[in-house]
Amino acid sequence: MPVNTKAIGKTYEPVVYAVGREKIKEYARAVGETNPVHLDVEAAREAGYADLIAPPMFAVVYSAPSVGPPIFDPEIELNFAMMVHGGQEFVWGPPVVAGDEITTTAGVKDISEHDGRGYYVFESISTNQRGERVCRGTWTNIVRGV
Amino acid sequence: MAELHAGEQIPEVRITPDKYLTVRYAGASGDFNPIHIDEDFARAVGLPGRILHGLWTMAQVARAQTDAAGGPEHLKRLSVQFRGMGVPEHEVIVSGTVRELADGRAVIDTVAEQDGKQIIRNAEAELEL
Repeated sequence: MPVNTKAIGKTYEPVVYAVGREKIKEYARAVGETNPVHLDVEAAREAGYADLIAPPMFAVVYSAPSVGPPIFDPEIELNFAMMVHGGQEFVWGPPVVAGDEITTTAGVKDISEHDGRGYYVFESISTNQRGERVCRGTWTNIVRGV
Repeated sequence: MAELHAGEQIPEVRITPDKYLTVRYAGASGDFNPIHIDEDFARAVGLPGRILHGLWTMAQVARAQTDAAGGPEHLKRLSVQFRGMGVPEHEVIVSGTVRELADGRAVIDTVAEQDGKQIIRNAEAELEL
């Protein structure tokens, strides 16, 4: 059965995420961060930031919720039970700090098929409250047996 | 901060995720897929047991870059391919080599391995120095 490519270019409702200081600490500890700019407000301020800086991969926390709707969009017909996360790219802009409000919009960048596998590529664009692009995520999900 | 030179390795990151790491990471990240936190569920779907979140392992790859560059603000891009699966209680080793270094930008080829197998491969990082 060929993959359904009709949804390429479709975008979804934006998701807004308010970045909290304790959430940054919780995330930083879970990934083993030791840089004090993620854990100690004074250290972050001495480094010139208004508050704790989120580790770059904190992008997962504020942007992953935007990718749920395309994954489960009936128009895309993605077989979630057979899906694996094949690849990921993030491109970062200015650092995210506690107190920021991040708005993320996801869209369908590409859907294709090679050798019986479906490749579903979603893109998320995240901007802060000043309109600066803080992150672009490219999420490649592979579905076996399409 | 490490001094970066083209053709040389960046300092390795070595970390052994403890038995409950996947539970803490699930809470921290919001990814509660039961293959990461429920041993019985993971076995029922044909896995050897609970597996690491790929994005946790990617965070270790990111940390190797930001530690080498001297701070989180230097990492401008990271792209990875996930292969196989990581498991708790086995050491994860991130290594990388500076492929290019010019005009304040470095490109690093980097991988994460566990038990001699790459669980993140073909990863590429761009640092602004």
